[in-house]
Amino acid sequence: MTEQAIPWIRARAPGILLPIATTVLAFFVGGLVVAVTGHDPIAAYRAIFDGTGITYIFPWTPEADKAFAALNLQQTLIITTPLILCALAVAFPYRCGMFNIGGQGQYTMGIVGAIWVGTRWPHMATWEHLTLALIGAAFMGALWGAIAGLMKATVGAHEVISTIMLNWIAIYGAQWLYELGGPFQGPQRDVPQSAEVVKSARLPGIWGTLQPVHAGIYLAIAALVVYYLVINRTTFGYGVRAVGLNAESARYAGIPVARNYVATLALGGAFAGLAGACDVLGWEFHIVTNDIQVSQVGFIAIAVALLGRNTAIGIALSALLFGGLQVGTSTRSLDPTIFPPELAGNLATIIQGLIILFIGAQLLLVYVWRARRRAAGQEPATAPRIGTSGT
Amino acid sequence: MSVVEHVPRGPRGVAILGIVIGAIGLELALPPAQVRAAGVPVVLGVAAMACALWALVRREWRLGVWAALVAVCATVFAVWVQGQSATSAGQVLNAGLFASTLVYATPLAYAALGGIFSERSGVVNIGLEGMMLTGAFFGIWGTAWSGHWYVGLAIAMLSGAAMALVHAIFAIHLRADQIVTGTAINFLALGITGYMFIDIYGDNGTPSNINYVPNINIPGIESMRFIGPVFGSLNLMIWAVFALVVLTHVVLFRTPIGLRIRAVGEHPRAADTVGIPVYTLRYGAVILSGVLAALGGAYLSIGFVGSFDQDMTAGRGFIALAAVIFGKWRPYGAFGACLLFGFASGLADRLQSVAGVSVNLLSTLPYVLTLIALVGLVGRSRAPAADGQPYVKG
Repeated sequence: MTEQAIPWIRARAPGILLPIATTVLAFFVGGLVVAVTGHDPIAAYRAIFDGTGITYIFPWTPEADKAFAALNLQQTLIITTPLILCALAVAFPYRCGMFNIGGQGQYTMGIVGAIWVGTRWPHMATWEHLTLALIGAAFMGALWGAIAGLMKATVGAHEVISTIMLNWIAIYGAQWLYELGGPFQGPQRDVPQSAEVVKSARLPGIWGTLQPVHAGIYLAIAALVVYYLVINRTTFGYGVRAVGLNAESARYAGIPVARNYVATLALGGAFAGLAGACDVLGWEFHIVTNDIQVSQVGFIAIAVALLGRNTAIGIALSALLFGGLQVGTSTRSLDPTIFPPELAGNLATIIQGLIILFIGAQLLLVYVWRARRRAAGQEPATAPRIGTSGT
Repeated sequence: MSVVEHVPRGPRGVAILGIVIGAIGLELALPPAQVRAAGVPVVLGVAAMACALWALVRREWRLGVWAALVAVCATVFAVWVQGQSATSAGQVLNAGLFASTLVYATPLAYAALGGIFSERSGVVNIGLEGMMLTGAFFGIWGTAWSGHWYVGLAIAMLSGAAMALVHAIFAIHLRADQIVTGTAINFLALGITGYMFIDIYGDNGTPSNINYVPNINIPGIESMRFIGPVFGSLNLMIWAVFALVVLTHVVLFRTPIGLRIRAVGEHPRAADTVGIPVYTLRYGAVILSGVLAALGGAYLSIGFVGSFDQDMTAGRGFIALAAVIFGKWRPYGAFGACLLFGFASGLADRLQSVAGVSVNLLSTLPYVLTLIALVGLVGRSRAPAADGQPYVKG
């Protein structure tokens, strides 16, 4: 048993240890920034940590504090749900050798789709209406992803630029839809927001009363399972990974490279669209134009996917980390006398940037690690690359 | 060799004809002709569309797509202009539009020139956006701190160079994925400038009485018709970018150092073999790109807007990157693309103030144009061969 376990652990150690080391280093450098600007980093991090609500699951937390911690933890889970789905929007194309920065736009289009279906037909049965709203959101997200995929597959337009452009088109386009006098503005003529999602299209709450964790989290978990199965257990997933490793070889082997580009970006977009649906059908129930540009879910999800090394379990864990970070630094849970939340939000962005930066250098560490082991004659030579390690 | 021999024939010629017809339809609706019969642009638009389809059916994809686009856009725009009164159409389409085209194109042009240096040396620089943002913040910070715009510019350039150095170290020495590193730079810039902005200026925002980069008033031409309003009082940094475009072209294509930069971007192994320092040149080019992008950002904050806001560059670095590709990695081409995007922004700006079209809808215009430009490039634009490839010294 142990003789078998040790090589298993050794083979996977870089995949597990490096993200952890990356995170610790990023938080350390972030702490330096806090210290340099005259704040106490230990107190700040402690306050952010308490604000995530994770203390709820610790047995030593006093009962009196648990109610408040539960509220924060519910918030963390609500934020984690779209993060997981948007991270899958990055991960799917990444395994196909593409970098989808368009999660934010696909998420926004998902909101548009979900709102369009969800604010109509108040007399429909719940499960029908909900399913239809989710499909609407996934379709709009997939459409937005597929545009970038088609542009890549047909004329070779780089997906990083096209998805960024599609982000801004989606953001300004959605703001136009719900602005004062916009075509989809809600019944309140003096407020730039959409109509309310009707009861039958809302995701049911599963934990809590004030702003309960909604069933969208099941959707996120199911999406992770689907992602794992499709990538690792299907012919399509095999083709996607082959294109991601070497598009030319894949083409030579008869794998439809162009089709895989479109399909992975469309699938990724569908996940991001579902993320938008989770937010508007789960707890917001309408969209205000101001929130469209403020939202950063799709961008944070890039860090989530990269830190999770584009694996299902990794994405789940890093989404929790970043979801917690976002809630812990928010105005509602961070005590401004300890650390101003406006600063903390930017600190979170710095930490995300550092994590993405260090992930790049991880390749070198993995390479050194493998080279050392190769020297010891334990592993054949393989080129290091993010996202190719098993789930 | 008579001129007639150079006129393209077959599908290409027909597609070009379609573009010309579409443009004439628009031209007739604008001042000074101002034809007010809606049938004129519609008929010409249909004719242009027919030319486009004829070319498309005969597999002339690139020009066919352009002709179709011109046919649709020109006709829609012409009909819209006809619906406006002569004065409001004149308010949109006057010399001021060209002045604001230059204003909007300038920050893009600085960043695009930076992108050309970096990519010509073989390093993809997605981080242009972040470097612009850094320049925008430190430009205004340096100006507010010292009271002088030139100190602000110097500090902006230093900050851009520092961000670029980080990108260079990770991309060149650590051989990280350049797209991932560039994205990290964008996040870092967003976080750092946001953090410092809040920490230093708080809710009040940047001071309002900062020392702008001065405008250059040229006494002779100020009163001239059309040229006066466009060129009479341009910002110093706009004139500087004109010079930089020419300088970049000369350096890249007329000097030994430019030849070396291009060699390193095309075939680093061959360059290395003949003794060209690959890493040194790449470091230099990436840092230069950071300096230029930061100048573009600084123009936004201390040359144009006069304040800083979180994420104020709003994707301009990426538009600049698209301009680099659109301009085939050449300074004149990229500057032309920047002018095109600047024109879209300027047009959006004027339409909203004059015609009362939705600000949000018009704001999508430059981004839509970038997308169309990317599609219109069908197999035409070729990146330097080693762009994005880390080089391992042999």
